[in-house]
Amino acid sequence: MKIPKTLRNYFFIIFALFLIAGCATTQQQLLDSEQSQLRLRSIQTRSFDTTDKEKTLRTVIATLQDLGFVIDKADATLGMVTATKLDRYALRMTVTVRPRGETQLLVRANAQYESTPVDDPEPYQHFFSALQKAMFLAAQEVD
Amino acid sequence: MPHVSERQKTIFLNLQYLFLLALSFAFVGCHPRIPLEALRLDTESLKQRQIQTRVFQTDDEAKVLTACAALLQDTGFNIDESETKLGVIVGSKDRSAVSTGQVVGSVFVALLTGIPVPWDKNQKMRACVITKPIGEEKRNIAVRVTFQRIVWNTEGKVTRREGLTDPKIYQEFFEKLSKSLFLEAQESL
Repeated sequence: MKIPKTLRNYFFIIFALFLIAGCATTQQQLLDSEQSQLRLRSIQTRSFDTTDKEKTLRTVIATLQDLGFVIDKADATLGMVTATKLDRYALRMTVTVRPRGETQLLVRANAQYESTPVDDPEPYQHFFSALQKAMFLAAQEVD
Repeated sequence: MPHVSERQKTIFLNLQYLFLLALSFAFVGCHPRIPLEALRLDTESLKQRQIQTRVFQTDDEAKVLTACAALLQDTGFNIDESETKLGVIVGSKDRSAVSTGQVVGSVFVALLTGIPVPWDKNQKMRACVITKPIGEEKRNIAVRVTFQRIVWNTEGKVTRREGLTDPKIYQEFFEKLSKSLFLEAQESL
């Protein structure tokens, strides 16, 4: 059977669209190589003028609880907390705290919504705004 | 225009649908977006904090944490994770999620339509207890507990993912905790 030309065009366009829509490769998914790591780091990181790591971690945990998360893991030595929020969706977040110089702590948060990394700046801004209120300290952007 | 048979017309129409479908895939891609309010504090968060928190007049955090761990065990939870330096205990348990009403409803619909309707079967319930010394001289310990659950139906699909917010759950938990600590739980300082 001879396929009419219009039909062939449609086939071609559909094929092309699936190509565009296609998902990332395993390597891209594993190492998130599509993302600009510098940009991500800056939207996920803030510094605070304190050196009390334990208190900062406790405040991070309290803030996560305020936001409806249940803690999955916490490690004072490594300075990290992982938590999950279930609210029809699943949102998982890891927050790490480490020293920056002699007088500051660096707090980094990264979130995963369902099965994709969160790279919008806005949710992180909300998180750090909640955290700085609980810390009674300003969250400073880091270059 | 050359002669087009009915058959070719239907193929052509179907292709248009497929085209629209592919177009929508292109827009959706692989990225479901996070709701922008997901990490925003609101008045509801503060209300939940009150419901989920009690303050105990003691400065012995280890004692409170031990009592919490024991209480989680008493209520059937297995401890998954703990970090005493940060006042963290996390537990979970697997339970049945079958409710008679839902099963009756499913069977009724299945009888009417001939299509089997799945019902909720299992659930995983998680709890985390966080203790925190509060006050100027750290003379009080605040305890906050939060619960959540995931429910699977008879086909093994997730049907519910939610935080548990019923205040009665928290009342009962803290009543039990007060008893085991021999201390009066206070709503706040």
